[in-house]
Amino acid sequence: MEIIYGTWHWSISGFLIGMTMLILIYFGKSFGMSSNLRTLCSMAGAGKFSDFFKMDWREQKWSLAIVLGAIVGGFIAFHFLSNGSGVNLNPDTITQLQSLGIDAPNGKLLPDALFSIETLQSPKGFAILLIGGLLIGFGTRYAGGCTSGHAISGLSNLQLPSLVAVIGFFIGGIIMAHFLLPIIFKTA
Amino acid sequence: MKLARFFLTGVFFGIVLTKAEAVSWYRIYEMFHFQSFHMFGIIGTALITGIIGIQLIKKKKLKDFNGFPITIIDKERGFWRYIIGGSLFGLGWALVGSCPGPIFILLGTGMYAVAVVFIGALLGTYIYGLLLDYLPH
Repeated sequence: MEIIYGTWHWSISGFLIGMTMLILIYFGKSFGMSSNLRTLCSMAGAGKFSDFFKMDWREQKWSLAIVLGAIVGGFIAFHFLSNGSGVNLNPDTITQLQSLGIDAPNGKLLPDALFSIETLQSPKGFAILLIGGLLIGFGTRYAGGCTSGHAISGLSNLQLPSLVAVIGFFIGGIIMAHFLLPIIFKTA
Repeated sequence: MKLARFFLTGVFFGIVLTKAEAVSWYRIYEMFHFQSFHMFGIIGTALITGIIGIQLIKKKKLKDFNGFPITIIDKERGFWRYIIGGSLFGLGWALVGSCPGPIFILLGTGMYAVAVVFIGALLGTYIYGLLLDYLPH
């Protein structure tokens, strides 16, 4: 049963993610998760401050239903479909992380160095998570999509703008992973 | 129960991304350091599946669930919004290891610190809404 309870193989995972997008197209919709952030801002009344949020969020209820489902899916996978054997990284990655003071996974999805409750209570730990979120929210809306909207949906439909966006994802990601993360974690 | 099928699609998506470990900060770090094929394999396979599926839909002129012809809207043309916005998202993606989908999914796995990322993402979206008229697109 390791095939279910362990890490799902990339080929199976990728195929199922592609199918998720195709199922949504079959339902007459499109696959994109970041637009829900706009919908949630609109529901919270942001339309009073920017026309960008003047929309009928009720038309996006289907997408919010996906969000709710995704939360439940995360719960089910974590509690009922995992045996703690996952996240087997390249040993070089683990050594590299150690030098930054970041704990090895040992079956965890997220490092305590960023996501433990103690880290959250430190000003630096809190700031990292908040700034990361700000960049994600601002960047995805500016680029008009995230991994699902551009890297999967857009590229599947051979869209040049999506290719530019994905190149951007990697420019930002490589700068952060190679140059900024070491500065952030070595200067405690 | 029009929303049930979307809810179930979401459950499916949440399970797949968790079990694929695409929601893991570690996997994103490993990907941006090119130290594992795992994430590239996932995105590549999803793409091949998607490209074949969309080509079939277009060639066979398939109809959707409600019997309407399927039309897939092209992305707006542009350059600066995609390269700048994409890079900013990339910085955030590699810092906290989650894209918008996994933010929601991780909340379901009980990683409550991700709520701070979620609040940040809402604020970032809101700030974009305030500034968009001043940004190059």
